[in-house]
Amino acid sequence: MPDGTAAPRVPDGTAPRVPEGTTSRVPDGTTSRVPDGTTPPAHPEDARIEAAVRAVLGSMAGDLSATEAALLAELEGLGRTVARAKQEIARLKVDDITEAHIPAATDELDAIVDHTAQATNEILDCCEVLETVAGRASPADAEALQGVITRIYEACSFQDITGQRIGKVVNALKAIEARVASITGQFMQARGAAPPAPAAPVAETATEGRRLANGPQLPGAGVSQADIDKLLADFD
Amino acid sequence: MDKSTPVLIVDDYKTMLRIIRNLLKQLEIENVDEATDGAEALSKLRAGNYGLVISDWNMAPMTGLDLLKEVRADARLKNTPFIMITAESKTENVVAAKQAGVSNYIVKPFNAETLREKIEKVMVHA
Repeated sequence: MPDGTAAPRVPDGTAPRVPEGTTSRVPDGTTSRVPDGTTPPAHPEDARIEAAVRAVLGSMAGDLSATEAALLAELEGLGRTVARAKQEIARLKVDDITEAHIPAATDELDAIVDHTAQATNEILDCCEVLETVAGRASPADAEALQGVITRIYEACSFQDITGQRIGKVVNALKAIEARVASITGQFMQARGAAPPAPAAPVAETATEGRRLANGPQLPGAGVSQADIDKLLADFD
Repeated sequence: MDKSTPVLIVDDYKTMLRIIRNLLKQLEIENVDEATDGAEALSKLRAGNYGLVISDWNMAPMTGLDLLKEVRADARLKNTPFIMITAESKTENVVAAKQAGVSNYIVKPFNAETLREKIEKVMVHA
């Protein structure tokens, strides 16, 4: 071995090798060579991984089977994948995510809430005019009109539900933003660079009402009005 | 129910306040006041004389559940009928509201008939 450490031996007394013609496949589909000294490391991180694998090999007492050698090669491939992921994270433009992408997405979502609110208020304006007209109509027509207006009012509550669902998406985006900033900050610190400023913590009053405020559930996930009525009756 | 009873409706969505107000008007309940969160509602309740509270849950800074607890803890307000109208539809929410003393619970989206039925039910016991 180039570094002079004593390599463990496989049963035939030779240095450990991966079976002929095999290479370790890493999750991104590329292959890597075992540290047999024939392929020079392309990156300092690769050199560290190779040194770590050599250290493991050197610390292993006794014979090393072909299976164990293959396992070590897989571990080396895994190490390279982790190293590549670290490099990619380090290259991430966090500022783009935290200062452009997330704010743009939340602004678009806020605009949806505003526009649906405007549209809903227009509909409500129209309904209120119709109610005035209904007051001048014949009893039969007034009743028919009132029934339709009631259905429109009921349907307009979609705006509240939509707004709450969008609020949940905005909160999820902000959580992702904070996590991305935290992960990249840790890697940048490890590399000696100044991490990005952490997102301001969200003040949260942990009352029971706040903790249980989950917003609208997806269809089938919440309880129905009939179930609620039954539940309340069980208390009485 | 005495339809002149003052009613306080509480919701942070102004559109929702308008919808509930209009639905109440169809039930000939027109003595209606509004608040946009629990804190404002509590302030109005302590200053006024309301016979019914209809409140959303998910509001800031004070939620509907926190408002309900404050109402039930207040010697003068503790018997005020309190209906929760909310999108919170987990069993744990209904149980928490009942334990806090809610009079009835309506899940959004709701219809006018459900609102009428629940109001009549709680006002009979008021």
